[in-house]
Amino acid sequence: MSRLGKIARRSFLVGSAAVVGGVAFGYVMYKRPVANPLLDNLGEGAAGLTPYVRIDASGITLITPRADSGQGAYSVQAALIAEELDVELDQIRVDPGMPSPAYYNTALSDEAAPFRATDDTLLAESARGVMDAMIKFLGLQVTGGSTTVPDGFGKLRMAGAVARETLKAAAAEAKGVPVSSLKTARGQVELPGGETISYVDLAPIAATLTPVNDVSLRDPSTWQLVGKAMERVDIVAKSTGTQDYGIDFEAEGLLHASVRTNPRRGGALLRYDASVARGMRGVKQIVEVTGGVAVIADNTWRAIQAVNAIEVEWGPAAYPAEMVGHWQALADSFDDAFVDSRKRDDGDVEAALANADVIEAEYRAPYLAHAPLEPISATVLVGEDRVDVWTGTQIPRFVQNNVAGITGHDRDDVHVHVQMMGGSFGHRLEDRVVREAAEIALAVKGTPVKLTYSREEDMSHDDTRQIAMARGRGAVRDGQVQAYDLGIAMPSIIASQMGRQGLSLPGPDTQIVAGAWEQPFEIPDYRVTGYRTPELAPITSWRSVGASTNGFFHDVFLDELIHAAGADPMEERLRLCWHDPSRKVLEAVAEMSGWGRPQAPNTGRGVAFCLSFGVPTAEVIEVTQTEAGIRLDKVWVAADVGTVVDPVNFENNVQGGVIWALGHAINAEVTYADGMVEQMNYYDFEGLRLAQAPEIEVRGLENGAHVRGIGEPMVPPAAAALSNAIFAATGKRIREMPMRKFIDFA
Amino acid sequence: MKLTVNGRDHEVDVEEDMPLLWVLRDELNIKGVKYGCGVAQCGACTVHIDGEAVRSCQTAAGDVWGDVTTIEGLGTPEALHAVQAAWITHQVAQCGYCQSGQIMQAAALLSEIPNPTDAEIDDAMNGNLCRCGTYTRIRAAIKTASQSMQAG
Repeated sequence: MSRLGKIARRSFLVGSAAVVGGVAFGYVMYKRPVANPLLDNLGEGAAGLTPYVRIDASGITLITPRADSGQGAYSVQAALIAEELDVELDQIRVDPGMPSPAYYNTALSDEAAPFRATDDTLLAESARGVMDAMIKFLGLQVTGGSTTVPDGFGKLRMAGAVARETLKAAAAEAKGVPVSSLKTARGQVELPGGETISYVDLAPIAATLTPVNDVSLRDPSTWQLVGKAMERVDIVAKSTGTQDYGIDFEAEGLLHASVRTNPRRGGALLRYDASVARGMRGVKQIVEVTGGVAVIADNTWRAIQAVNAIEVEWGPAAYPAEMVGHWQALADSFDDAFVDSRKRDDGDVEAALANADVIEAEYRAPYLAHAPLEPISATVLVGEDRVDVWTGTQIPRFVQNNVAGITGHDRDDVHVHVQMMGGSFGHRLEDRVVREAAEIALAVKGTPVKLTYSREEDMSHDDTRQIAMARGRGAVRDGQVQAYDLGIAMPSIIASQMGRQGLSLPGPDTQIVAGAWEQPFEIPDYRVTGYRTPELAPITSWRSVGASTNGFFHDVFLDELIHAAGADPMEERLRLCWHDPSRKVLEAVAEMSGWGRPQAPNTGRGVAFCLSFGVPTAEVIEVTQTEAGIRLDKVWVAADVGTVVDPVNFENNVQGGVIWALGHAINAEVTYADGMVEQMNYYDFEGLRLAQAPEIEVRGLENGAHVRGIGEPMVPPAAAALSNAIFAATGKRIREMPMRKFIDFA
Repeated sequence: MKLTVNGRDHEVDVEEDMPLLWVLRDELNIKGVKYGCGVAQCGACTVHIDGEAVRSCQTAAGDVWGDVTTIEGLGTPEALHAVQAAWITHQVAQCGYCQSGQIMQAAALLSEIPNPTDAEIDDAMNGNLCRCGTYTRIRAAIKTASQSMQAG
């Protein structure tokens, strides 16, 4: 084994070369060292192809390029690689890697034309050959859309298999035995006589071989990890205060900054007076940034105190200053001139409604902040030849590009080190904090500066969830739902989001009708129309995106029609539903909740259903009207993700997502007055707290043909199920969020 | 001024009104204590002073009246406190950002009330916000920790 000893420091990279699902371009890319993100920091003799498995003398590292905001992305990606690589999760480290085309999100490649590798400028990549803007956006190493598992399910296991077979080939060569005689387990190759060689010891030989790409994935019946309860790789760190997040980043000589920009979003900084701030203890420098001003100090608190001591005068925003103007813009867009899409138009809705007693209802959903508990932050160090960025982000490639544009470096010289995120919910799909940190760091070249937003700055400068309105018209006949016509108006989420990245959105924004137009119901006369309201305040993806509002609109209106027909809410949904996996989640929650059994006085149950992100999800909520108000008693959830990769993480995500959805539906809104967000902190933007949180029973089903992610699909039905339950308990129909404006909660 | 944190004495030169949170994080580089809201609305900054759970964002450095314990002083990955062990057993954390504060709050609760009722848990924990919504697991973990602490 002398050969092994001599080159023990050499690192070995195994590619996902034979990736299923059409990323063959990646293989070409991977073979060129310049495109290999793992080669940057390796010593002499580094070999390889990339990009998911790195083995060197220090051990086995699995690269998990989808960012972790708490949903367990690192663990689930590691488990998929480990399943085929034959390593245990306690034997490996995870590393999010660096931004690279190698890590494109190809989850939606069925619908997207493949990217080519020959032109890798960011704008060319994003502008090329993709049919749907959302797919285009997600394609660029973006974490979002509940795509981490669907994207990685095939290719991460394949990467593990390629690595395993290449390591076996290395062992065969070293020992002169046939590959067929070798087995693998726990990070070791086992020889016929029982001797073992660790992957780490084999890495130097494997690095000299052409990866074995002719591999096939194991049968699901043999899986050791996937489908079984796992211990998350970060659970010990997160239970002992030893997990570092972006806001915790430390470096020698680090300075701290805080910022204030115009709370009338997009408006100008007219003038400012920093004379008081300049004299405050610890203040190093005052720096102007786009639309605002920042303080660099020697301590975060001093920076926040000083920046708040600056007197500023802000210019106006382009959107209406008061909420009445926002709602009016939505109301005004229910007009043929604003039709964005009509992707469902079954039967003849107009004829059906012309000859019927028409049931009409209007629904509203407010702007909402993301407000993850870790305020946004970014550390930037601008050097002569390179820039380093440490931040929690879902869009590292965009960050790289945008920072390069600010500092004047080549994009390839901007090194983005993705940090663990203390929640996101879509917040970190925006990168304003990084751009501002780059502007600040440019003023103190050679010194790392960490920009930390105060909670108030974060809350009042969120690119929020969309505001939306819906109008339903429908009719019933012979105890059944006959006609269903839903119009939904909102500004385009994706156009607003992409606009801040300098990209435009051609064609309709299907998020305007997501969670509504594609529901698997057969109603004789059934129409869903999206109306695109002209741009208002900045909005972005918020956990479950368009479906976060539309799941509420679509299902509550359906519930209203079912009650008008005198039908049972569960039975009628099942009668209308043609899609087998969707029927099964409804049947599951009916069974779990004992639907139909007698209720206590003042107690009511509501059921709701939404198919979003490919996941049929049904929820039943039980509430009781008490003297103190509506009490949430219990929630039952069934969702079909095709394959449940980790049942513990699945349950935790679903429970948390339901609490997320209910907390906002009951309590939260973001409103503008004088062009500025009125909510500043958690005291006026309340989520659900422990005392109010109901028991939540979860069942994961696996009837769907495709593996899907569970980060978002539990959100859209939750508010609808609550509204439907309140109606069942009280006879009062709530059509607008936050619901506390219309009924008291215990 | 002098501070004792996790059994170690520190001399810090800070304003009397600097919140303990920022003394710990930026002056002493003790990062398990988290900044979430700065106004005692979220509990992510919870530490113990002489065993009592306090919001370090609302405790001025000049007012610290006793020994400070942070999550790092409660237990370590190698020597877990019973509450931390229960948090791992139940896999409570998602993003994990609030969990230092949740654990410190729960540890203080259990040292005062070894076997809390649901209402006492609600009461003690309601000031600790979890945006990921891990409350179901927090409840279960507190009960597990209570049992294991009483079992000795």
